[in-house]
Amino acid sequence: MTTTPAPSTLIDRLGVARFIPSSRFSSVLVTLVLLIVMFGIGTSRYRNFASPQNIANLFVDNSFLIVLAVGMTFVIITGGIDLSVGSVVALSTMIAASMARDGWPPAVVIATVLLAGTTLGLLSGLVIHYFKIQPFIVTLAAMFLARGLCYVISLNSISITDTWFTAMAQTRIPLAFRLNITPSVIIAIIVVIVGFIVLHYTRTGRTVYAIGGGEHSAMLMGLPVSRTKVLVYAISGFCSAVAGVLFTFYTLSGYSLTAVGMELDAIAAVVIGGTLLTGGYGFVLGSLLGVLLLGIIQTIISFEGTLSSWWTKIVIGSLLLVFIVLQRVLTARRN
Amino acid sequence: MNKVLNLTRSRLFWPIVTLVALLVLNVAVAPGFFSIRIQDGHLFGSVIDILRNGAPTILVALGMTLVIATRGIDLSVGAVVAISGALACTIIADSPEPGSVGTVLSAVAVSIVFSLVLGSWNGFLVSVLGIQPIIATLILMTAGRGIAMLITEGQIITVSSAPYKVIGAGYWFGLPVSIIIAGVMFAIAAVLTRKTALGLLIESVGINPEASRLAGIRSRGIIWTVYVFSAVCAAIAGLMISSNVTAADANSAGLYIEMDAILAVVIGGTSLAGGRYSLLGTLIGAFVIQTLTTTVYTVGIPAEVTLVFKALVVIAVCLLQSPVVQARLNRKKPAPVAAQPTGVAA
Repeated sequence: MTTTPAPSTLIDRLGVARFIPSSRFSSVLVTLVLLIVMFGIGTSRYRNFASPQNIANLFVDNSFLIVLAVGMTFVIITGGIDLSVGSVVALSTMIAASMARDGWPPAVVIATVLLAGTTLGLLSGLVIHYFKIQPFIVTLAAMFLARGLCYVISLNSISITDTWFTAMAQTRIPLAFRLNITPSVIIAIIVVIVGFIVLHYTRTGRTVYAIGGGEHSAMLMGLPVSRTKVLVYAISGFCSAVAGVLFTFYTLSGYSLTAVGMELDAIAAVVIGGTLLTGGYGFVLGSLLGVLLLGIIQTIISFEGTLSSWWTKIVIGSLLLVFIVLQRVLTARRN
Repeated sequence: MNKVLNLTRSRLFWPIVTLVALLVLNVAVAPGFFSIRIQDGHLFGSVIDILRNGAPTILVALGMTLVIATRGIDLSVGAVVAISGALACTIIADSPEPGSVGTVLSAVAVSIVFSLVLGSWNGFLVSVLGIQPIIATLILMTAGRGIAMLITEGQIITVSSAPYKVIGAGYWFGLPVSIIIAGVMFAIAAVLTRKTALGLLIESVGINPEASRLAGIRSRGIIWTVYVFSAVCAAIAGLMISSNVTAADANSAGLYIEMDAILAVVIGGTSLAGGRYSLLGTLIGAFVIQTLTTTVYTVGIPAEVTLVFKALVVIAVCLLQSPVVQARLNRKKPAPVAAQPTGVAA
């Protein structure tokens, strides 16, 4: 599905690209400006919108999506895609809830969840690399498999009464006067920082970019392509499992039908955050901005009150369109 | 001997083997599987059920095959299914005479016309703006369900209209109407693409868009057409699904149908890399998917394991068809390569 853009497309012929400043950060800058504009709209329309707690809640309500987006950024930079993340989140909540119900200690529960998610990602990566099947199809099958395993565990929702999980859900960490966050936010921020360092300051990260830029050239350069390509899917699986744990804290239950379509939110956040879907180009911090932008839109829609929730989907779809066209313009310029 | 080897090399070999194996498994477990009885002038039986329930998947997979042949993909079909069902049901429910044939026909017409618009939108993004198909259709996939909910205002719209119910649950000449519609669409697609040069042009666009453009093929128009066709197929499937349950549910109608359709195409032996495609293979692939679902019930696999079972079969088929396994299988059988007839598969 990697088509070389034909020079006959409208964007190339109009030459709009000439009028847009070419910088590594153009797309992210647009996201940042949009974030500020959205925030301005919210602040001017509603009282309390700019309250510190409301901003902190952006992180509280989207901590799992932040973690998912970090994992997805790795995969998309290599030019792949991981459609299984939403199902893996659901599977993680199911494993956590059912094990907590059976009285396993929380450390064992979380270790099992992380192991399960990482293994599933690792298996997808191995199949993608060694059988040369498109990432899209393999992670689609993984999506079915993970969702199916949820049903095998239980068809009904399992609520969690374990004291440790309840404590994690209810603990508020005070930052300042009347401003607090949940432990999940701290975990999400740690994931972002680790993701940022690995992607931008290590050899592994450089190989990830190289694979996205051109797998064959990366191989000719002697970079460990096979290992890294499998690794990114394992990373995405691990991040999905972490997101699943955070989601368990958030909802305090496990349910098979939860997180349907969450993979789309994650992909949308990554794209809006300036990562090229063709690979080779993107930032972890951009994805964080993408998640925050989606979060702010959701907050505005809930503050508005009269707007129905399905407007969220339409707005996210329109935003995706804007950013994809923008990406297209920027790549047209680079070519 | 060579004939046997050629047979195993045919792209349709593994899909047919899978389908036959599933059917044999069904007969072994339930000996009356193939029995068809006539009741109230209609045909009844497991096989008829597979045909009836498989019709929407066949339709969506049919459109998807042509899109995939141009090296594209259409993720938005599930959303189009939801939109067309929502539109038709809302029009019928709001009309003063929900039971009249005229109302139903106009509702169907509006849905199909709207799907033309949706398909043109996808085609515009892919062929004119040059956006990758997977991304371009992702937009409608995300926004589409929102549009469907906007139409139904977040409610599940139920309709009681006898003429509308015919589309998804009616019978003509003893056969389910839905499978007849799917069959007609299939025949139209097969005749249009295999009896004219259209199929060849689609394949050439899929193999190398730039080269075919230089060769004088209007690749933009062809790409545009396949996305419109895919949306129309999805819209008809949406009408069938909503008619079968006499309700439009913007959230769950057509959920994951794009996955089933893509899998049907892949199982049918059409490469996701574009180029050569097989409509017949897609038909077999869609039957494999539908039979798989039925098998789960006949064999008595608990309903909760269905999805795992489906995933495992899909993984197995994908692995079997992967270039690596194919190369290894072919290496073991170094028979003279007879020139395979191309382009007659439909």
